Amino acid sequence: MTALQGPDRTRPINAGLRDWLTADVTTSPWQARAQRVYLGWRRLSSNRLTMFGLAVLLVLVVVAALAPVIAPEGYDAQSLNGRLAAPSAAHWLGTDDLGRDVFARMVYGARVTLMIACLVAAIVAPIGLLVGTVAGYFGGWVDTLLMRINDVFLSFPSLILALGFVAALGPGIRNAIIAIALTAWPPIARLARAETLTFRNADYIAAVRIQGASALRIILRHVVPMCLPSVVVRITLNMAGIIITAAGLGFLGLGAQPPQPEWGSMLSAGRAHLSGAWWISAVPGIAILLTSLAFNLLGDGLRDVLDPRSDT
Amino acid sequence: MSAQLLVEDLRVRFHTQQRVVEAVRGISFTVGREKVGIVGESGSGKSMTARAILRLSPPQARVSAKTLRFQGIDLLASSERQMLAVRGRRISMIMQDPKFALDPVMRVGDQIAEAIPGERRGSRAEDRERVLAMLDAVQIRNPARVFDLYPHEVSGGMGQRIMIAMMLMPEPSLLIADEPTSALDVTVRMRVLAILDELAAQRDLGLIFITHDLNLVATFCDRVLIMYAGRIVEECTARELAHAQHPYTRGLLASLPRLGDTRARLPVLRRDPEWISA
Amino acid sequence: MRLAGLKGVVRQAGSVAATLLGLLALTFFIGRMLPNDPVLAIVGDQADQSTYDMVRHQLGLDKPLYVQFFLYIRAMLSGDFGDALFTGHRVADDLMKVFPATVELATFAIIIGVGIGVPLGILAAVYRGSLIDHVARVVGLLGYSSPAFWLGLMGLILFYATLGWVGGPGRLDVAYMDSIDTHTGFMTIDALWEGDMEVFWNAVSHIILPASILGYGSMAYISRMTRSFMLEQMAQEYMVAARAKGLSGWAAIRRHAFRNILVQLVTVIALAYAFLLEGAVLTETVFAWPGFGHYLVAGLLAGDMNAVLACVLIVGIIFIALNLLTDLLYRLMDPRTR
Repeated sequence: MTALQGPDRTRPINAGLRDWLTADVTTSPWQARAQRVYLGWRRLSSNRLTMFGLAVLLVLVVVAALAPVIAPEGYDAQSLNGRLAAPSAAHWLGTDDLGRDVFARMVYGARVTLMIACLVAAIVAPIGLLVGTVAGYFGGWVDTLLMRINDVFLSFPSLILALGFVAALGPGIRNAIIAIALTAWPPIARLARAETLTFRNADYIAAVRIQGASALRIILRHVVPMCLPSVVVRITLNMAGIIITAAGLGFLGLGAQPPQPEWGSMLSAGRAHLSGAWWISAVPGIAILLTSLAFNLLGDGLRDVLDPRSDT
Repeated sequence: MSAQLLVEDLRVRFHTQQRVVEAVRGISFTVGREKVGIVGESGSGKSMTARAILRLSPPQARVSAKTLRFQGIDLLASSERQMLAVRGRRISMIMQDPKFALDPVMRVGDQIAEAIPGERRGSRAEDRERVLAMLDAVQIRNPARVFDLYPHEVSGGMGQRIMIAMMLMPEPSLLIADEPTSALDVTVRMRVLAILDELAAQRDLGLIFITHDLNLVATFCDRVLIMYAGRIVEECTARELAHAQHPYTRGLLASLPRLGDTRARLPVLRRDPEWISA
Repeated sequence: MRLAGLKGVVRQAGSVAATLLGLLALTFFIGRMLPNDPVLAIVGDQADQSTYDMVRHQLGLDKPLYVQFFLYIRAMLSGDFGDALFTGHRVADDLMKVFPATVELATFAIIIGVGIGVPLGILAAVYRGSLIDHVARVVGLLGYSSPAFWLGLMGLILFYATLGWVGGPGRLDVAYMDSIDTHTGFMTIDALWEGDMEVFWNAVSHIILPASILGYGSMAYISRMTRSFMLEQMAQEYMVAARAKGLSGWAAIRRHAFRNILVQLVTVIALAYAFLLEGAVLTETVFAWPGFGHYLVAGLLAGDMNAVLACVLIVGIIFIALNLLTDLLYRLMDPRTR
């Protein structure tokens, strides 16, 4: 079928979706966008390691969502008779020092982990994007001021700064999330600024400005969408470290407070029983590792699809 | 004149995920102690040919040939150890841009000294003397000062002369020059070529001169090979170039501007897909 | 040319000073302006108003904010970090005591990180796509994804409790504590100084596990960066030229590619060393290592803001200093920027 003929109306309509997504010539911006997503997904799914990471994260989400179904007895059911029991049919991952089912606590702990990840991402992405694009777009003293603040935050390793914030704010999961978010936004802002700088002087930006668009509109509708791919990649990759930092805070007792289960604090609670019931510490650690690994793998895969400028 | 280099049906292939790309598609030629020019546009395969001869192709490339022999040595069948005795000592190569082809963090004198083959090395002072003599041979005026310079501190023309010095240090019999003057100013170009010419005559070198500049080979080389899309489409002596047969060569010649040209428009080369499959 | 260099240095000094000021402002903000009442921490919530007011006056908290900030800067820059409530000593004195332990740990860790990471990165680059490249990648990935404090615990279970190959928590066995004098604060060096080989090997057996755990993280980062740098250099034209003049593959790598990555590598190693401070916080907690990280955590759990903020500030200053140092090294080592 050459371009000279019209669209083929002889084929049945329901065979069309695949063709529509792979057609050479698109007839609407909607189709073009859908095609990009489809092609991107094909590339992403061809990377087995990335798919593994995605699968792990999906399992995590499902487990967290269905926690009451999977572990109906809750995370707090103590049984002082059955303390420190080894893994068995009744308790798949054994029990901890208060007789609570480790498996159930792990499942509910997944909720906490996911909540931290989502909330931090939800806070960091808008703030980082806003600060970075504004700094990059306006330049001048705005840029200098914002980047100076950014540099100050970047001068601390994230765990240490987070500890500083938590020391002032007090323990608790809400404060932990705030503290982590405060340390996680600077790299995103810096990235958004770098991206903005590359096309700030592009013709299409100038064209929109001449048409009378306000700075806010330009930033929101034109600059931010261009920064999104690399920001998404970076947040995904950084999430691996954020999970570990959150677990670290939990390990020190500064995250979710008892009796709420949190993988980091469960790890810490198992320290007293390392020689006997070592699984109380081992299992949460494996979960943290797998989650962090999953984010790393997913981030690597996303980077190959969305941001292929890197070498490795 | 006896041929030093014998190339028969040389092919260089790249296997990508989707298909096989043939950069060099079965070329054959010989080079004796003469100056042979290989002319072609970007992508014609001329650089790949040079790398293939020295077995320095990129790791993804697959080189094959019916014959690839130099002074009796089968280059294709040689192991890497055997090739170490060929590179530099028998065949060496100067490259296009001295800014990139010289190590930026090592002094140029040390880089030239590095080219002295192991068995001919002396003390540090002796090696330095030999390097200075070589720098003098490429007409660098203050060899002692230049020895201690870094590549970014020398001009383009001097850098290229340093590269010539470096590649002639191990005393090869065949020198491949891969676009040696393309990165130089026109005025400097002639000077470097003159030096190359003189040294080639002095040392009875074979020279393969790769370029895209047809005018240059007409005056500089003895024989000319025209490459297009991985094949040799024309082979003649430099003198016969004006009477070339192949339409590609004729098209190239016709599109060259000339002093005293009366044509109102320069003809644009029209590519015939036939040339790829012929 | 000289003048331009001087101007650049002045500009950079100004930039550093501004960042330092920002650092101080941030720690001041955390300490004074966040919902946390340092007075209550001292007097407890049973005290009456007059005691409260007196302590408040003593701490200078009744002065206007900008005055407080000025006094704060003056104190910090002169090294007066206040008193650590939970130890009873001056924070500055405490820090002097705990830093050597962390530096010793970090130094062993970076030696492990560089010693394994650099060769691994080079091999991964030279044999790109081969088994060793994949192994290096997987090992590195696991390094980024593992919580170091968990690895520490697992390491203790396996290598100490089960196999008995290494010493346990702490810097020395209890039997050896206080058996040698403190010269440098580095247990290993001090033991060698005194010629006490028994204590030396005991110190080594205690440091090897935490240093390996810490070093693992550095190794992952260093090997990945080394691989990246090497790949970049190996694609350069001068590598082809080097081989064309007769150098073997490995000679070209050793003499040219590797020398070209040295500058960047040193920068990366300095950065990795700085990040060890972060890793040390939890590793020292797990191994009961009496260093800086352990001090920070202890102060935090005791609610001692003086100690915590002083630690945070110190780390920030070290980071800035290291960044400056690497900038300087870059300028010195790369002939192109001289």
